[in-house]
Amino acid sequence: MNDPAGPGPEDSRGYYRRMQAAVEELLILKGVVTAADVDGEVEAMASRSPARGARMVAHAWVDPDYKARALADASAAAEAIGLEVGPLRLIVVENTPDVHNVIVCTLCSCYPRMLLGIPPEWYKSRAYRSRVVRDPRTVLAEFGTQIPDGVRIRVHDSTADMRYIVLPMRPAGTEGWSEERLAGLVTRDSLIGVERLPDTV
Amino acid sequence: MAMGADAARARFRPGDRVRVRAAYPPGHLRTPYYCRGHVGVIERFCGAFANPEELAYNRPGLPAQPLYRVRFKSTELWTDYREDPQDVVEIELYQHWLEDAS
Repeated sequence: MNDPAGPGPEDSRGYYRRMQAAVEELLILKGVVTAADVDGEVEAMASRSPARGARMVAHAWVDPDYKARALADASAAAEAIGLEVGPLRLIVVENTPDVHNVIVCTLCSCYPRMLLGIPPEWYKSRAYRSRVVRDPRTVLAEFGTQIPDGVRIRVHDSTADMRYIVLPMRPAGTEGWSEERLAGLVTRDSLIGVERLPDTV
Repeated sequence: MAMGADAARARFRPGDRVRVRAAYPPGHLRTPYYCRGHVGVIERFCGAFANPEELAYNRPGLPAQPLYRVRFKSTELWTDYREDPQDVVEIELYQHWLEDAS
């Protein structure tokens, strides 16, 4: 996106705040949306949390057929367990002993809000967006995440109509755990791919 | 997702080698600069979607453009890539940005 204010500190958003307020006012005045629509959407966004993504991961860990469905058609698989996805298409990318996946949107800040809620500030920062494609291990190390030698990294740039979540590997030592307990292990950052869950709990 | 008469025919299949057009038109684009001119492999077909370059200007964006995930070696994108040479970046790209590179 072009920045008419020129390069500056990321928190100097006065220009965009004013523009957002002006556009919202115009849309309401012209009858495109109502104030209630806007409030409703903000409320819906705030009500979603990474617990939704964690629930999907835990279900995939305990049910191999479900995992296969999630990898083949993640939108349908999410809807099948009552997680509304909306018009964007969801893709689940699976971590394996050989591959670690990381999600980014280099162009703006596309994020799987339907499963993770509102993105963290760092996800939208220019530093993360520009660096994670080029120096992924360096960036992950700054999150305290070490990728073992020999593990390949797949960075997924959400440039268009797809949204992504990572399916982390299930930690050992969790045999027989309930889905609810398993879901408690799954963090937001592990669903974005900047964190690896422990190999063993 | 649009299909049928309102969608352009999908020209590529998974595994096909494609080159991203090295073009720099003005407007709202969803093709990152860092992949333009580079060669990758179709990872999957995602369906056909109204062209965002048209939607951005309140036009219908039809016929819908086939959308693909294209896998690039990180070393192809950056000749001085410093990490594991097996690393990849996968990017969603619309068909009208892709040329056959087989």
